[in-house]
Amino acid sequence: MMLNHLGKQTLVFPSRPSVLSYASVVGPKEGEGPLGNFFDEIVPDDLMGQDSFEKAELKMLEDACDRTLSKAKKLACDVDVYLGGDLLNQIVSSAYAARGLGIPYLGVYGACSSMAQAMLLGAVLVDGGYADTALCSAVSHFSTAERQYRFPLELGSQRPPSSQWTVTGAGAVLLGCEKGLPVGITHATIGSVWDMGQKDINNMGAAMAPAAHETLKAHLLDTGRDVTDYDLIVSGDLGKVGSSILRELCEREGLYLGARYIDCGCEIFGDDQGVFSGGSGAGCSAVTLCGWLFSRLLSGDLRRILFMPTGALMSVTTSQQGESIPGIAHAVTLEVIP
Amino acid sequence: MIYFRAFLVGGLICVTGQLLLLFTDMTSARILVLFVTLGVLLTVVGLYQPLVDFGGAGATVPLTGFGYLLAEGAKKAVEEEGVLGALTGGAAAASGGISAAIVFGYLASLLFSSKTKQ
Amino acid sequence: MQQKEYEKLVKAKSPKSKVILPLIKAFFVGGAICTLGQGIREIGEKCLSLDEQAAGCFTSVCLIFLSALFTGLGLYDELGKFAGAGSIVPITGFANSVVSPAMEFKREGYVMGVGAKMFNVAGPVLVYGISASVLYGVIYWLVLLIGGKL
Repeated sequence: MMLNHLGKQTLVFPSRPSVLSYASVVGPKEGEGPLGNFFDEIVPDDLMGQDSFEKAELKMLEDACDRTLSKAKKLACDVDVYLGGDLLNQIVSSAYAARGLGIPYLGVYGACSSMAQAMLLGAVLVDGGYADTALCSAVSHFSTAERQYRFPLELGSQRPPSSQWTVTGAGAVLLGCEKGLPVGITHATIGSVWDMGQKDINNMGAAMAPAAHETLKAHLLDTGRDVTDYDLIVSGDLGKVGSSILRELCEREGLYLGARYIDCGCEIFGDDQGVFSGGSGAGCSAVTLCGWLFSRLLSGDLRRILFMPTGALMSVTTSQQGESIPGIAHAVTLEVIP
Repeated sequence: MIYFRAFLVGGLICVTGQLLLLFTDMTSARILVLFVTLGVLLTVVGLYQPLVDFGGAGATVPLTGFGYLLAEGAKKAVEEEGVLGALTGGAAAASGGISAAIVFGYLASLLFSSKTKQ
Repeated sequence: MQQKEYEKLVKAKSPKSKVILPLIKAFFVGGAICTLGQGIREIGEKCLSLDEQAAGCFTSVCLIFLSALFTGLGLYDELGKFAGAGSIVPITGFANSVVSPAMEFKREGYVMGVGAKMFNVAGPVLVYGISASVLYGVIYWLVLLIGGKL
């Protein structure tokens, strides 16, 4: 019998795993954006003195994890499990970070929804008594994603207006069973994969919006809540195109999101930064959460949010073979515990 | 005057490419392939030579001109050497450009590194 | 919701590319590159007294060199962002598509990185261009053969 389960796909965490600490490290472009003041570290050069952008991505993730641990005054050996995800093939950045940390590691892949997937699983492990502390992270880097998914950096090509800009940044959060901390995780909704036949890799928001819509619907149905029960519903990287599609899909079913809904991809960059539809990447939602959103929760500005990043689960190979792009969205409820 | 004609012809060929970029979902690599093949085809049917005579570099510098070079090379070599010329002519005519791209590409990779875009 | 209906919604919500401005930019940049080519060609013919074929080759080599240099300095992709097809379609765009993967993949080594990936983007151009010319050559040979001109 499922004790801590609501409806079809929502989990309840009776012990409310707490957020012990969090940190974010971003690249220079993200640092110049409107959320620049909320990040722990803005690296001046996104190669970070490394030999390759892949190594820089790893360094960024390691820095975010180190900062998270030191903020909680913990050592890596004090942490029971590490859950990490990124966009590189075989999720190597997270695996190499785990190599350095030495914490028992589970790699997660939910493309740009990886942060929610890691936190959801971390909360399950902590709430179930399988771990006292769980470190969760997600990272992406513009220059590594660009070469893997698109073209060489120096190739002169134009981007269509629906395209998005991969965020260079790493976010990490430490979850734990300690009581008396202000922010905790109360619910999570595991998303299912949705595919509406979209094939345009330059319009990811359109491919992922249906998944966000379904997960949001399922979450509200399972918990018996309404949009107004949340101060903020936050999607990860739907961008301007995807988030306006999500609004429309919700409105058609009588769900008005209004000012209670934002998208990290629309918030992280300014309109003058040449990113077209907005930011994207696993790091987009991770750094927005581990910078701006957590600080708003801690300041009491927000009391309860639904963190619901989306991911596009295709690969370069499936795209070249003409497959459409499946999308997924996982949701995590973060609450200020009274 | 030849400069003006080169500008006009070259510009218009690029506009055709831009139309494809805007109204189809072709990537730049596909457009390059289309243009080089189109260059060969137009040369074969005799439409490209007049364009070269009129536009000079305006017709030879775009990738269609690369196709023109390949096709003309193959034709000339067949006339001189028979069927083997079909295999050698095109590549031989284009070899200067191809070798230059390889050598300068290699040198650039030695001297420069890709940079993140802002 | 059906896929067709969703497709309509996506179309309605996706921003349209501007049309006129990119075409003008492509025209002027593409035209300028070709005019530069014409200038190099005249230098080759008049100052270096090259024949027509050699002058053409000289032009290509010079433009490819300039493209490689600008790609290396990180400027060609800026031009590409501005001009689109105006800087893709000329031979300089071909050179850019050879040089940029060479630079990009040097971190994977000079054999399997630079060497193997150099024609990642431009390889198909050679495959289709050369194949088309060979096909033309063979057909032309057959025509000559049948016409009794060989």
